[in-house]
Amino acid sequence: MEPIKTLDALACPLPLANVDTDQLIPARFMKEPRSVGYGQFLLHDLRHDDQSQPRKDFILNHPRASESCILVARRNFGAGSSREAAVYALVDFGFRCVIAPSFGDIFASNAVNNGLLPATLPETDIERLLEHLGNAPGPLRVDLEACRIQAGDLVMAFTIAPGWRTKLLNGWDDIDLTRQHADEIARFAADYARQRPWLATTASREKVITRG
Amino acid sequence: MTTPTTLFDKVWDAHEIHRTDGGESLLWIDRHFVHEGSFHAFNKLRERGLPVARPDLTFGIADHYVPTLTRRLDDIADAKVRGMIEQLSDNTREHGITLFGLDDPRQGIVHVLGPEQGLTQPGLLMVCGDSHTSTHGAFGSIAFGIGASEVAHVLATQTLWQTRPKQMRLTVEGTLPPGISAKDIALTWIARLGADGTRGHAIEYAGSAIRALSMEARLTLCNLSIEGGARCGMIAPDATTFDYLRGRPFAPRGEAWDQAVACWETLASDTDARFDREVMLDASEIAPTVTWGVSPEEALPIDQCIPGPADQPDAGKARQVCDSLEYMGLEPGQKLTDIGIDRVFIGSCTNARIEDLRAAAEVLRGRRSKVPGIVAPGSTLVKHQAEAEGLDRVFVEAGLEWRESGCSMCVGMNGDLVPSGERCASTTNRNFKGRQGPGARTHLMSPAMVAAAAVAGHLADIREL
Ligand code: SF4
Repeated sequence: MEPIKTLDALACPLPLANVDTDQLIPARFMKEPRSVGYGQFLLHDLRHDDQSQPRKDFILNHPRASESCILVARRNFGAGSSREAAVYALVDFGFRCVIAPSFGDIFASNAVNNGLLPATLPETDIERLLEHLGNAPGPLRVDLEACRIQAGDLVMAFTIAPGWRTKLLNGWDDIDLTRQHADEIARFAADYARQRPWLATTASREKVITRG
Repeated sequence: MTTPTTLFDKVWDAHEIHRTDGGESLLWIDRHFVHEGSFHAFNKLRERGLPVARPDLTFGIADHYVPTLTRRLDDIADAKVRGMIEQLSDNTREHGITLFGLDDPRQGIVHVLGPEQGLTQPGLLMVCGDSHTSTHGAFGSIAFGIGASEVAHVLATQTLWQTRPKQMRLTVEGTLPPGISAKDIALTWIARLGADGTRGHAIEYAGSAIRALSMEARLTLCNLSIEGGARCGMIAPDATTFDYLRGRPFAPRGEAWDQAVACWETLASDTDARFDREVMLDASEIAPTVTWGVSPEEALPIDQCIPGPADQPDAGKARQVCDSLEYMGLEPGQKLTDIGIDRVFIGSCTNARIEDLRAAAEVLRGRRSKVPGIVAPGSTLVKHQAEAEGLDRVFVEAGLEWRESGCSMCVGMNGDLVPSGERCASTTNRNFKGRQGPGARTHLMSPAMVAAAAVAGHLADIREL
């Protein structure tokens, strides 16, 4: 994963609350392989009208949206379904950071696992930031080392869980990290199985089917 | 003297393999369910050339894409949908994982099947690449949804890194009025605290009203924890839990059962255990509740009217209400019971267990639905049981379609969709924009309330039927 230290880039304002993962990528696109590029599905039904034509006034259809790599949204961003495809869509579109007052828990950890920074800012700061950006992508600086966001004269401190910050700064991957604990895991598993002998997962043979 | 601990802490501590200085815990996973959406994770394993660490603790379930009109793979017209089901079969076969596939007599929605087969047990740590995994907490296990990268991690290592969440106790005391269900409890607290109101928290549901709930109702309640933003929801196991589990295929038996119960009986929060947050509800004040907007927090008792931007405490909420009303095609001040519906859906991991079907059938018996609709049982076993009780005939005679089990119109991945602009009274869990299909308008409510709406042709108060 590519580490993030600072991002100096355009930020898209998305002044909506409760942008759930069903909106980030509608379910019907999830049977596509990732190789088709999930960026085209990002916020598909907000981006297009009933005739599947791009809505001119939607921020992702702005001529400079494709250059931006930061998204600013309102509360409860990424709530709902655990679909990591929502993060793939953001990342494939070009985003490296989403700034919002709150995130769905599962979305936030999915984001971190794909090198997308979920930066939490207080609601009042988000409103100032949205006002500053207006209706178009505008320049913004996100400094992950200092946990600071700068836009023109505005300077704000954002929060992120320390463990996630370390992972993003270093571009670390969990599987590699965990495999360093292989012996510890094996010891734990052996003790655990001894203490809980009833946990073996074989179905009883005589009555495989039971009541609903 | 040991410090009093919560149910959550007891289960968490028993699974902690390692903790970093930064407070991240490496946790052992007892049960891992994978459905059709897991292909991203299997692809990740393949890219790295890694095996599945514990195929015996992983279970494959076909539910999201399965057709509800047939059980034959060859009958599925959409090649991509068929491909999703085949891919799950291929991935589970390749890694030696038990599969409950499309034609398996035990097939069902993962969160219905797990408990039904006795795979879900007290004190476990369970995960699945699906946010409603919180359902399984009804047995006193820690169960939560994870993303594809985490699914790959669990497949490769049977462990997961997590930070211990904060803890909240939601106590519901008293007796629920007749006709009020777990769905109403859930929509009531979510409306009160907000869709992100319990973000970062594990919830323990407690109190006399919770103890009185059946296993099915507890599953509904825990299922909806995620809709209030919680990491998971759990209920301490008791006689109701043990009675449900006894004799299930994957439940322990004989001496192992006695050992298990002895352990399970210790799984309760100590009397003086401290929670980061305590919330109380009075069961007697809970009314039949429906959603009117596009977030589960936009819910109200059925005898109320649609709110408007002017009733809102701040500009943000006012904006949200305008946006929701526009999508839903509703006006401020309209009575909820005046909202006409175009169809109904009875199904999903929230409300398609046998009790849910019984509750809906009881309302529909001898009556006709004014609108079309689908009933999709939560599992194939639920389907058979319902048929044995004659519930299928009640639905069919009321004019509804009796289908095979699957996620169906909860998410529409199999093609069961609500047409754009239509309004659906639904027993599901998400009224998000486009959840049941592009442009679909969803009103969430209990199975009995959906049945009442079907009979009336508009949202209706079950208490007046
Ligand atoms: S029924 Fe709906 S919420 Fe439940 S697992 Fe299926 S798609 Fe998800």
